Amino acid sequence: MQDMLRRYGFGLTLAMCLLVTFWLVVLVIVPNITLFEQSFRPYLPVVEIGGPRDTYSFANYLKVFDGNVDKSLFGISFSIPVHVYTFGLTIFYSMLVTLICFAMAYPLAYYMAKIVNPRSLPTLILLLFIPLWVSEVLRAFAWWIILAFKGPLNALLMGLGLIEDPIRWTNMGYTGVVVGLIYTYVLFMLFPIYNGVQSLDTNQIEAAEDLGAPWWKIHWRIVLPHSKPGIASGSVMVFMLSAGSLLVPSILGSTTSQWFTQTIDQWFKDALDWNTASAYAFLLLLLCTVFVSVAMWLFKVKLSDIAK
Amino acid sequence: MHKFRQNLAHLYTVLFVLYLLTPLVVMSGAAFNDSKLPSIVPWKGWTLMWFGEMISDQRMMLAFANTLWVAVAVAGISIIVGTASAILINSVSGRARTALYGMMISTILIPGVVIGISTMIMWTKLGGALFGPEGKPWPFIPGLHLSILGQVSYIAAMVMLLVLARLQSFDAGLEEAALDLGASHAQVMRRILLPHLYPAIGAGGAVAFFQSIENFNVTQFTRGGADTLTVYVFSKVRSGITPTINALAFLLICVTLVLAIIYEVNRRRRARIEAARQAEARRAEEALL
Repeated sequence: MQDMLRRYGFGLTLAMCLLVTFWLVVLVIVPNITLFEQSFRPYLPVVEIGGPRDTYSFANYLKVFDGNVDKSLFGISFSIPVHVYTFGLTIFYSMLVTLICFAMAYPLAYYMAKIVNPRSLPTLILLLFIPLWVSEVLRAFAWWIILAFKGPLNALLMGLGLIEDPIRWTNMGYTGVVVGLIYTYVLFMLFPIYNGVQSLDTNQIEAAEDLGAPWWKIHWRIVLPHSKPGIASGSVMVFMLSAGSLLVPSILGSTTSQWFTQTIDQWFKDALDWNTASAYAFLLLLLCTVFVSVAMWLFKVKLSDIAK
Repeated sequence: MHKFRQNLAHLYTVLFVLYLLTPLVVMSGAAFNDSKLPSIVPWKGWTLMWFGEMISDQRMMLAFANTLWVAVAVAGISIIVGTASAILINSVSGRARTALYGMMISTILIPGVVIGISTMIMWTKLGGALFGPEGKPWPFIPGLHLSILGQVSYIAAMVMLLVLARLQSFDAGLEEAALDLGASHAQVMRRILLPHLYPAIGAGGAVAFFQSIENFNVTQFTRGGADTLTVYVFSKVRSGITPTINALAFLLICVTLVLAIIYEVNRRRRARIEAARQAEARRAEEALL
């Protein structure tokens, strides 16, 4: 700090400190504290705000447990609050998306880092980057076209004789959402893993080959452990983006798929109950924090490794 | 066996690239289909009608203009805030650095929905507390300016990371020398530190600009009645859509492709020059020996 004063003088140092304060306090901390505070207040008409009924309670959070629905899973039927159910499914499908993204991205990341001719690598990366530059809403829209009832996918499958009748892809629970999320976010898994694998010394792989290790053992014992920070970082990114996505579930969702962010959106925009929306948003934030912490602890990586 | 696995890897990569690009091709193709629904099957003949309709769509043009100025504003503010944060982080150490850095990084991980709602609530509540519930003045009403602030809250962190990485290669001795030779603090900043950071600041500005164009979650909750392109496309997709969106998508993809090709051609030219230079150096070395 003294160092900064000496280099840039009082005025510039103060200006920089004020800018950082503006960012962290005005744009991040105070809004989140307001969100937290509002989430404990009831939703009241304007005239009653500050009145005797405006007291703190957990009522907004307890709304999560309202309204049971009957569901059955693996033949066991049970009754579960609808929002808890949505919350659980959002986490489950986000994890599924993360897992599939990993399975798809890992071989390609390894290929890019170790197999491909280094001279054609920049071209390959450029090709992979193109969908990333096209905005998320258009990427989801592209799949909306493909998965449509009379769309190209059904036409192709029927043309090949694989199916007899067209399939309603976007009306099969979470299928559309999962397909869309994978397409939208798989690259956020690819590049961190690529960075991880790339720093591995190729000699280690060759040594293992010379000593007779089968290919799966090389991956399991050498490549995977080495690229762990990259995998953790990619997984955290994909999970957070999926669980927090509102676009893809809204565009590709079916009548039976509800994403937790959509529930928040409905409280905010349809019910105009900002307080309950705050409570739900806070739950989402809590979930994300817990997930990131657990992932960092499991993979033994630091926050600074993730945000690369 | 080894050869076989290698071919498999090549095949997988080709399939992966196809998987990434086919949806974009399908989407672009639908822009030229003479059909009321955006699809490529059944093909009803070529048309350029949708491009004409897109140009005459006033709301879309307005949304496009909104998107541009929001993105420019976000990029501008993020550059200033992000650069200041990077310089500050770089000159503190120990616990303060860890805490500050952690806080800045964690903004990237906050879900957009949370940022949107919290920004919206804070500003409108603040306005309500200062001016009463009715007739709150700007900036305490919903609108794109709140979207800008919400977007800056996490995009600034990305700029910060880029600038911080560049700062690692900065030689602080240059600043010392300038100060010893009588430069003012402002001169040190403007003539020595900032020129070194310009590449990172430029990259940060580009990242911020594109992140802002992409943004949906924050904008959706804070925009009030105004549209940005993402929000407009979203509402179009949800209500009855016409292939005007495809026409827009096609144009955006074309812009992306042109930029990508320019970049690639440039890179190849530089690589060729570099290779020629190395060959020259090798020849010179051999001649000396």
